[in-house]
Amino acid sequence: MNVFRALIRRELFMFFQGPTGFIIISAVLFLIGLGFLVVLYGLNGEATPMPVTQIFYETYFFWLILLLIAPVITMRSFAMERASGTYESLMTSPVGDWQVVLSKFTGALIFYMILWTPLLLCSIVVRFYVGESAVLGVGTICTTSMGILLIGSLYVSIGCFASALTQNQAVAAVSSFAIGSALFFAGFFSYFSGDRTDFSSLLARHISLANHMESFTRGILDLGAIVFFLSLTIMFLYLTHKSVESRRWK
Amino acid sequence: MIEVENLTKHYGQHVALDGITFSVEHGEVVGFLGPNGAGKSTTMRILTTFLAATSGSVYIGGDCVFEQPNRVRRRIGYMPENNPLPIDLRVRDYLDFRAQLKHLSKDMATKRIDEVVDECGISDVANRYIGQLSRGYRQRVGMADALLANPELIILDEPTSGLDPNQIRSVRSLIRKLSGKHTVLISSHILSEIEMTCDRVIILHEGKLLASGEMKQLISKSNLAVVAEICAPLNDIKNWASEIALENSELIEQKNGYVRCRFSAIKNNDIREQIFTIVNERGWELRELSLQTPSLEDLFVSLTNGEEGNR
Repeated sequence: MNVFRALIRRELFMFFQGPTGFIIISAVLFLIGLGFLVVLYGLNGEATPMPVTQIFYETYFFWLILLLIAPVITMRSFAMERASGTYESLMTSPVGDWQVVLSKFTGALIFYMILWTPLLLCSIVVRFYVGESAVLGVGTICTTSMGILLIGSLYVSIGCFASALTQNQAVAAVSSFAIGSALFFAGFFSYFSGDRTDFSSLLARHISLANHMESFTRGILDLGAIVFFLSLTIMFLYLTHKSVESRRWK
Repeated sequence: MIEVENLTKHYGQHVALDGITFSVEHGEVVGFLGPNGAGKSTTMRILTTFLAATSGSVYIGGDCVFEQPNRVRRRIGYMPENNPLPIDLRVRDYLDFRAQLKHLSKDMATKRIDEVVDECGISDVANRYIGQLSRGYRQRVGMADALLANPELIILDEPTSGLDPNQIRSVRSLIRKLSGKHTVLISSHILSEIEMTCDRVIILHEGKLLASGEMKQLISKSNLAVVAEICAPLNDIKNWASEIALENSELIEQKNGYVRCRFSAIKNNDIREQIFTIVNERGWELRELSLQTPSLEDLFVSLTNGEEGNR
C-alpha cells in the first residue's frame, strides 16, 4: 500500500512540478468557462425543463474536454518513462506490474477529477442565483459527477493503454485520441437506428456514450451505463497490464 | 548467488545471447567484459527481471528470475545503462521515493539515505535537483540508489561511462569497498577498469561466453612477450627467429637501422637471456630488451579477434 501511495504521489507530482499541469488546468478552465457562458445564456431566455447539468452537457465543450484532455493527461504516463529510461529502474524495483498500471491510472484519474472542480463551483453559483432545486439539485450534481468520473475512467484507461504501447508521447496522444473519438462517434449510429430492435441498432444504442452520459446529467443512475463504463475501463486496464507484461514474454 | 544456465535470448531473428552458462559466488566482484553489442546489457536486464529469456534458467539466491521476479527484485540493487534518473526531483526526494518502492520503513529509509549519500559523496548536492547535476554526480546518485536497500547483489551497467579520471577513481574505490559484503556485477568495455576492480571476469562476445574465471589465471594463460630493439639486417633477424622457432615474432618498426620487434615466448618462458646471448654471439647491437606482462587487454584482443578470424 505504501508503495502504491508513493507511486501515485509521484504521478501527481509530475503534473504540478513543471508547467504542464497548470497549462492543462487553464485550458480546461477556459473551456468550462465557455460552456458556463452558454449555460447562462440558456437560463436567461425562456423557462427550461432541463437541469442545468444537462444544458452544460449538451454544449460541445463537455466532449471537447473529454476527447482532447484525457489523451494529453495520459500520454506521458508510460511513454515518457520509456523514453527517458526510468521505466527500467521502476520495473526492476520490487513493485508489481499491476501496482504500476493502477498507480498511473489512479494518478491520471485524480488529476482529471481536479480538472472538473471548476464546474462544481459554476454549479454552485447557478444554484445560488436560481434557488430552485428542480433546476439543479444535489442529486443531479452527484449523478453528473459520477458520470464524469465513470466516463473519465474509461478515457484515462484508454490513454494509459495507448501510452503503454509506445515510447513516443505524441504517438500515445494521437492513438488514444483516435480510440477515444472512434468510440464516441460510433455511438452516433444509434441516431440512425431509431426504434429498431435488431442487433446492430441495439449495439449502437448500448455503446453510445452520449446516451449513457445524458441519463447521468438528468439525475438518473443507470446501472447498465455503470456496468458499461466499468467493464470497458477494466478491459483497457487489463490490456495495459498485458502490454507492460509483454516485455517479459518469451 | 547467481546461477545462469544455458541462457539464450533472441530478438526476432537476431541472437543476442547464445547459451551462456556461468555462476557467481557470494561476495565476489565480477566484471562483465565484451565489445559493444556483446550481450552484456541484455544479460543484466534478464538477471534483474526486466526482460525474459528465450530459454535457459537463471537463479539468484535460489529464486528463479522468471518465476519469482519480486523476490529477486528485493535482493538486487541495479543501475541501468546510461543511469536514467528523473530530472525533476531533488536528490534526497528521489532517494526517498526509491526507498519507498524498495519497501524500506520510514526510519530505515532516513537512516539508509544518510548513509548512502555519505558513502557515495553526494551530501553536498543532496538538496539539488537531479537535472542540475553533472554527469559524475548523477552517476553517484544512481549508485546510491542501487545501494539503498543494502541488497545482496549489486548490478551496475557501465558505472564509469562518461566520467572523468578522478570520478572513475572514486567510483572504483567505492566498488572495492563493496566487495566482501555484497556480490557485485559490473559491466564495462574499459579493460583497465575491470582489471583494477574485479576478482573475476566473464568475457562475452557476440552473445557467446568466451572466457570466465579468475583474472590472474585467465591472464596467465596468454603468453608473455618480449620487446627488443636490435641493430641488425632485417632478414638476419627474421631467419634467426624462425630458426629458434619463436612463434609470433612481429616487426613493430624500423628506425635508424634499429629494428623493433616483439617476440612471444614459448610456454611462458622468459626468453630475455636467450635473446641477449644470441645478439651478443652475432655481434649485433641491442638497445632495448623488455618483458611485457600480458594484460587483460591482450587477453581480450586475442579472444575477440580470434573469434573474428575463425569466421
